[in-house]
Amino acid sequence: MTPFTVLTSVAAPLLRDNVDTDAIIPSREMKSTGKTGLAAGLFAPWRYLSPGSRDPDPAFVLNQPRYANAHILLGGDNFGCGSSREHAVWALAEYGIRAIIAPSFAPIFAGNCIRNGVLPVVLDRGSVATIAAANEPVTIDLAQQQVEAGSQRWNFAIGAEAKAMLLEGLDGIELTLKHRERIAAFQRADRLARPWIYFSTQP
Amino acid sequence: MDHIVDTRRGRNDRTLMPGGQAFITETRSAAREAGITLFDVTDPDQGIVHVISPELGIVLPGCTLIAPDSHTCTQGAFGALAWGIGSSEAEHALATGVLRLSRPKTLRVTFTGALSPGVTAKDMILTLIARHGAGGGKGHVVEFAGETVTALDMEARMTLCNMATEFSAMTGIVAPDEKTFAWLEGRRYAPAGELRAQAVKHWQPLHTDEGAQFDAEIVIDASSIEPMVSWGTSPEHSIGISGTVPSGAPERALLYIGLETGQRLAGTPIDAAFIGSCTNSRLSDLRRAAALLKGRRVAPGVKALCVPGSMHVKRAAEAEGLDAIFEQAGFEWRESGCSMCFYAGGESFAPGSRVISSTNRNFEGRQGPNIRTHIASPEVVAASAIAGCIADPRELRS
Repeated sequence: MTPFTVLTSVAAPLLRDNVDTDAIIPSREMKSTGKTGLAAGLFAPWRYLSPGSRDPDPAFVLNQPRYANAHILLGGDNFGCGSSREHAVWALAEYGIRAIIAPSFAPIFAGNCIRNGVLPVVLDRGSVATIAAANEPVTIDLAQQQVEAGSQRWNFAIGAEAKAMLLEGLDGIELTLKHRERIAAFQRADRLARPWIYFSTQP
Repeated sequence: MDHIVDTRRGRNDRTLMPGGQAFITETRSAAREAGITLFDVTDPDQGIVHVISPELGIVLPGCTLIAPDSHTCTQGAFGALAWGIGSSEAEHALATGVLRLSRPKTLRVTFTGALSPGVTAKDMILTLIARHGAGGGKGHVVEFAGETVTALDMEARMTLCNMATEFSAMTGIVAPDEKTFAWLEGRRYAPAGELRAQAVKHWQPLHTDEGAQFDAEIVIDASSIEPMVSWGTSPEHSIGISGTVPSGAPERALLYIGLETGQRLAGTPIDAAFIGSCTNSRLSDLRRAAALLKGRRVAPGVKALCVPGSMHVKRAAEAEGLDAIFEQAGFEWRESGCSMCFYAGGESFAPGSRVISSTNRNFEGRQGPNIRTHIASPEVVAASAIAGCIADPRELRS
């Protein structure tokens, strides 16, 4: 996973509430069992003029020339709600989005972001609107937990583990396997206390 | 095998969804290689995961259960901590047997009073989301509590917990009680005999202590709830069936759905009706819909489908003759699966259709490009199918 340290980019405003993962990538764009080849389907229902076509809708924010190289997305409340499909984050990451700034995120989506090197930044609605209106390059410094646009700065909160995983590009599985012994010990004790939880053979 | 499988009679690995067949065959060979039990396309136990896991007694009170599907929260109805995850977390769980997570915040939603006739768990959860927003749950674990919840049967509790994800909660949970324990008895993977006695003893104290502090509390008078129906493109865009599209409704949602502020929902013509999904496809759901459909006909021009949540539900419904009631009313009677709850390039309704649906999401394009979805209870779907327009099931009853 690519570490996330400091990112400077123009930020594309998509200030709608409840942007769902069906909009970020509709199921019909998830044609293979792999994680790649999804960027073309990103925001397909809004980005293209008609379903299934690839004719860009000039009104959609990512089709506007000034946001052509945006690596940051500005969103509304409850961003990424709906289906747990990780394809939504794979599509965003493959397209080049490395951070999303929004007033709140749906929990599964936020977890998927962190596991794919995409930083979800929570700032209040007013601050997101200010950043959108400033229309200047935005810098996100994860170590400092700070967003900077023009002359203004905002601090944001993020869990210590999520921060460490993003900063160092760590894989959660490796981190967890360091605790292999403790996990095994828990399972041994739990198997005795709650044997019905563990079906060892096919009934 | 639920999202991708075909639900038409005589199905096999072929599906109308692009890439669907490869998904099915790759899942089958990967499961075989890893020694994982698969409830395959033609398995008598096949069905929607959140329907078959309880049916088979896989979910149990006090267990931790995860699946890479957002509606895993359905199974919180059994007093399990059950929640949806992405693919990376699923990989993590398979590789390590555990997940890494921070302790979530807690929210208790207490429902008081009795539900009016014709009002269901679906209307309870839509009321909560309509009043407090689709983001209202903000990553909390939501305990559904109160006399109204205790009075619900297990299938209704599953419907209630199912849409916790539509409230942006991490999950929903209901304290297990005697109803829960009785429901699980004799199910294939549930403990039996001496082990069951031991388990029930362990399950009995799994409830919130009196005086426990939650991070947040919501109280809803359930007697004030009426059958709900959505008017827009988020589950928070829902109102009582006698209501009108509220002022201040987002223009984008109105444009998509083709309604105007102040317009009554009841009486809006529909093109299709769908009963199914992990929200409302269990035997009790089908029975309640069939009670309204019996001896009646779907309005001309309305495409109507019923897709049981599992093959077990399908067989049980057929044993009671529900299939005949649905078919005589003009509904298609399908094999089990997720079907048209979502669109993946396969089957859909006619372009631009307005669909009344017992599902959980009314997002833009959820059931197909430009399909306009109104989510509601199976009763509202059945009554609307008969009327040919969005209709109040209480008027049919009387």
